[in-house]
Amino acid sequence: MRLWREASLVAAKDLRIEARSRIALGQILPFGIIVAILFAFALDPDSGLLTRVAPGLFWVTVLLAALLAVGRSFAVEEKSNARDGLRLTGLDGSAVFLGKMAAIAAELFFLEILLGIAVVILYGVEVNGVVVLLAAAPAATLGIASTGTLYGVLAAGLRSRETLLPLLLLPVLAPVLLGATRAFEGGLEGAPSDAWPWVGLLWIFATFYTAFGVLAFGTLWEND
Amino acid sequence: MNPRDQLLDPRLRRVIGVGAVIGVVALCLFGLWGAPPDDRQGEAMRLLYLHVPSAWLAYFAFLVTAIASALFLWPRTRSIVWDRVAGASAELGVIFTGLTLVVGSLWGRPIWGVWWAWDARLVTTAVLFFLYLGYLALRRIPGDAISTGKRNAIAALIAFVDVPIVHFSVEWWRTLHQKATVFNPELSARIEGVQALTLWIAVLAFTLVYVYLLDRRYRLAVIDDVLAEQALEQAIKIRTGDNPGVGR
Repeated sequence: MRLWREASLVAAKDLRIEARSRIALGQILPFGIIVAILFAFALDPDSGLLTRVAPGLFWVTVLLAALLAVGRSFAVEEKSNARDGLRLTGLDGSAVFLGKMAAIAAELFFLEILLGIAVVILYGVEVNGVVVLLAAAPAATLGIASTGTLYGVLAAGLRSRETLLPLLLLPVLAPVLLGATRAFEGGLEGAPSDAWPWVGLLWIFATFYTAFGVLAFGTLWEND
Repeated sequence: MNPRDQLLDPRLRRVIGVGAVIGVVALCLFGLWGAPPDDRQGEAMRLLYLHVPSAWLAYFAFLVTAIASALFLWPRTRSIVWDRVAGASAELGVIFTGLTLVVGSLWGRPIWGVWWAWDARLVTTAVLFFLYLGYLALRRIPGDAISTGKRNAIAALIAFVDVPIVHFSVEWWRTLHQKATVFNPELSARIEGVQALTLWIAVLAFTLVYVYLLDRRYRLAVIDDVLAEQALEQAIKIRTGDNPGVGR
């Protein structure tokens, strides 16, 4: 009970910072949409290719945006020794992990909704199976947020963190990209039977790395 | 904590070193001349004498890294020894993974007609390569021994548990979307006789090389630490004026 209360405090703090600084809304979201537009330049929009590969492009864009969101989540702790302040509050490491993870997941989910609308409009995608999409997206988002938070704290405070984070995070997320893309393909084509196993994989990934984070984050968080 | 400055007993290491040299020479003789060319694959088959042992050692090296990392995280067995072993083994693992990919690609070109195929094993190995490249990049960042050790160990475990998930998901993806086109059973030759013997020599020789290099890399890490310590001591001496020979 206490864990959840502490986690929601951390999440609320991070989301409040985002709401006030508007970095996520003003920079990360436009970044995602311009990437989606750039894909249309790279792949001829008239050939119909864009519509077919839309799920993959969508999730690649989300991954790139997630790198920014994770970097941002730990950059706010660097300023004015906020990290030390947060540590001195005596909050449990697991709660800090869950809170930061929830905030990143909420930001990404928000981004996915707006980016999804943009992709439907820009790429001319028809949505047939909303249920599958709604089951897959949160699982993929939690998977990205949990590994992102873990690697975020690993790289936090290191001089080369901006370049290190993508190298660490992207290979680990290969199964998430694969699973989310296949699940979305199934959902868009109205073939949910192909999609459900992938949704299962995404949930397993998310659960596994969330548990890993709850166990390991405290050690990294107290580490200096 | 009593960090050992030699991983293996020097006599044992010498035996392993000599064994590795003999093994590699034997592998060259058998691999290049002793073993007959394959019925279907011809001379390209000889590449497998490098490919198979490097793939085995790549996975073995990462397993060693994972075990050493877990032992470092466990408070009772925490010792800088395990951090050094993890790092040394991961470095060798990345080298063997790279070798696996390059040799496999050279083999694939004449046999499959392509340098690269989107097969589950290939994709997993490629992802593995990048996973541990990131781990090595993280290791290169200096810091206090215990806190960097914990950081490294957790990163190694995150990467290690990802490997089966990657493999499983890629395999699933490929079987759902297309039937295996390149690994058709006709091509995978049955291995017996001198060819099998050569393969066993290759695996043994590579394993000995791995153990020997692991010991040497460990020693290098010890020397690195000593060097850093001495540089600090020297700097303190110069600063406090105890060493008039320097800075005149």
